[in-house]
Amino acid sequence: MKKILTNRDFILFAIILIGLIAVGFANPLFVTPKSISDVLTDTSILIILALSQMIVILIRAIDLSVASNLALSGMLISLLSTVHPELPVYYFIALSCVIGTCLGVLNGISIAILKVPFIVTTLGTLSIYRGLIYFVSDGKQVYSNEFSEDFLALIHYKFLSLSFLFWLAVAVFIVIYVLLNHTRFGRNLYSLGGNPDAAKYIGISENKYIILAYSISGFFAGLCGYLWVARYSVASTQIAIGFELTVISACVVGGISVMGGVGTVLGCVLGALLIGLIRNALPAVDISQFWQLAISGAIILMAIIINTKTEQRKEKTIMVEN
Amino acid sequence: MIPDKPPFKLLDILYKKEFILFIVLVSILIINSNISPYFLDLYNLIDSTFLFSEKAIIALTMTFVIIARQIDLSVASIIAVSSCVLGYTTSLGYDTWLVISLTLLSGALCGAFNGAIITKFAIPSIIVTIGTMSLFRGLAYSFLEDSYYNKFPKLVSNLGSGYLFGYIPYAFLTFLLLSLVFAFILHKTSVGKKMYSIGNNPDAAQYTGIAVDKYTFILFTLNGLFSAIAAIFLSGRLSSVRPNIAFGWELEIITMVVLGGVYIYGGSGSILGVVISIFILGMLSFGLGLLNVPGVGIIIFTGLLLILSIGFPSFVRTIRRKNE
Repeated sequence: MKKILTNRDFILFAIILIGLIAVGFANPLFVTPKSISDVLTDTSILIILALSQMIVILIRAIDLSVASNLALSGMLISLLSTVHPELPVYYFIALSCVIGTCLGVLNGISIAILKVPFIVTTLGTLSIYRGLIYFVSDGKQVYSNEFSEDFLALIHYKFLSLSFLFWLAVAVFIVIYVLLNHTRFGRNLYSLGGNPDAAKYIGISENKYIILAYSISGFFAGLCGYLWVARYSVASTQIAIGFELTVISACVVGGISVMGGVGTVLGCVLGALLIGLIRNALPAVDISQFWQLAISGAIILMAIIINTKTEQRKEKTIMVEN
Repeated sequence: MIPDKPPFKLLDILYKKEFILFIVLVSILIINSNISPYFLDLYNLIDSTFLFSEKAIIALTMTFVIIARQIDLSVASIIAVSSCVLGYTTSLGYDTWLVISLTLLSGALCGAFNGAIITKFAIPSIIVTIGTMSLFRGLAYSFLEDSYYNKFPKLVSNLGSGYLFGYIPYAFLTFLLLSLVFAFILHKTSVGKKMYSIGNNPDAAQYTGIAVDKYTFILFTLNGLFSAIAAIFLSGRLSSVRPNIAFGWELEIITMVVLGGVYIYGGSGSILGVVISIFILGMLSFGLGLLNVPGVGIIIFTGLLLILSIGFPSFVRTIRRKNE
């Protein structure tokens, strides 16, 4: 019982629940099933991106280019859909994922083969990918009336009165959960992050895993490129600008350690849900949207400090026992 | 036995990073002056320094930060906070010197906040400054919302867009003087030596009696202070402050430093290299601007330059090692 109560994921879940109740008291309309399902839909893209970012953070790296990658893939398929509206929607989704994966592989190659530190690489591609959107689109927007009906319809599909986006996030959660907990790939990722030198000695190829992790991150960024464009039915140079920070904060709040090798898939999802809840609850309790950035910044800082404190405490206890 | 310091050879200069950077700079100047007849105009060249002087001022302290194996992604957001303080205190009708002091203080406080969290909790600076990057920018947004400041003391406007003796922009002059000071500190004093040893091996530096945490804290405070100085020049030049001021500058400033040959994981680099790389980037974007290449083109180019300037040398090194 004590184990459950001190479990990080459980505490996070409790915080979300308490937060939900507190907002419910302030504004009862916020806790109706309809409104909660809206929050879940709204958070789904964040959940998917946080889960893929988690894979990168596990091996002691960060992918700052996800938002630019998302926006570039989204813009490219939107431009294609204005020229060829007759193509089936699955074609666009697949294409978006392929573009995203390619952009992710470029990151991976730069880090693993050219040995450019991840922070330099992804800061660089953050602006390169964002800049390319201006080039391909000429700075113009693609508006909702320019998309085919088919392109936008899938996103509004509902099952058990929950949206397609939500079910997709659930599917991604299951896939990543199995990948990280029940495959050799996942175990190797954790060991690479936990101790890269030891992992190399037992024959895990660091370069291979760096490229794979960034391709996965790119793949889901591409997927979210379609989701984002279809959900908001607009593609512009500005979409998702700065969203990489929200994604990273979701991971950090979810207990994924930036020192690598630590963190659970469930924690990551809960972190994303908490961030999503805060983003949606602020307007419900009459806090100006301009405060949102400052509040997420403060939350990231608090989460990092709490994470480091608990990690340091663990280290201390190990040393006492020895 | 420790070998003697190798004798000075003229040929060695050719292999120095600074020399390669210098060749790049000269070729950019030659290409630019051949492409556009307006490039070699003295007034144009002097005015082009307005485009990079503010960033260059922060790049000096950022060089120290990166040499000491840290990084600061929050500088552009600190500019936003300090510019807001500048605009707000002006609107309250404070005396010019009080306005400037409070602006500088706000920057230093933001930097000290970074430094305190990084040293007190032993958290990597990259993740802390990712957090404060949105915290500080968010503070500017929540304070200004969708309004803006356009009234500043006369002195600030003069500093931002004025010239000393009608020729040298104040921002550029400040940068030149500060770069001399910083080159002296880094290369000729014990403080500079300590920076390198902290960057090479923080643990070893700690054991040799260098107060690593103290220096780290001072570096981040200084970086914040210099962001505030840049904020004063920038606000004076733009004569309007919105919360999105200097958006994305952290990347450009880090590019200046890293392109100048400062190793991103600390321990090596020189002020001369950074100064040359600042001129390379400045002249490059000025030249591209004269050719009517849009700003996005310059952004993409900067990103590519950043990755290739690190990637290419290390790639060559790997191939050479394989051949041996």
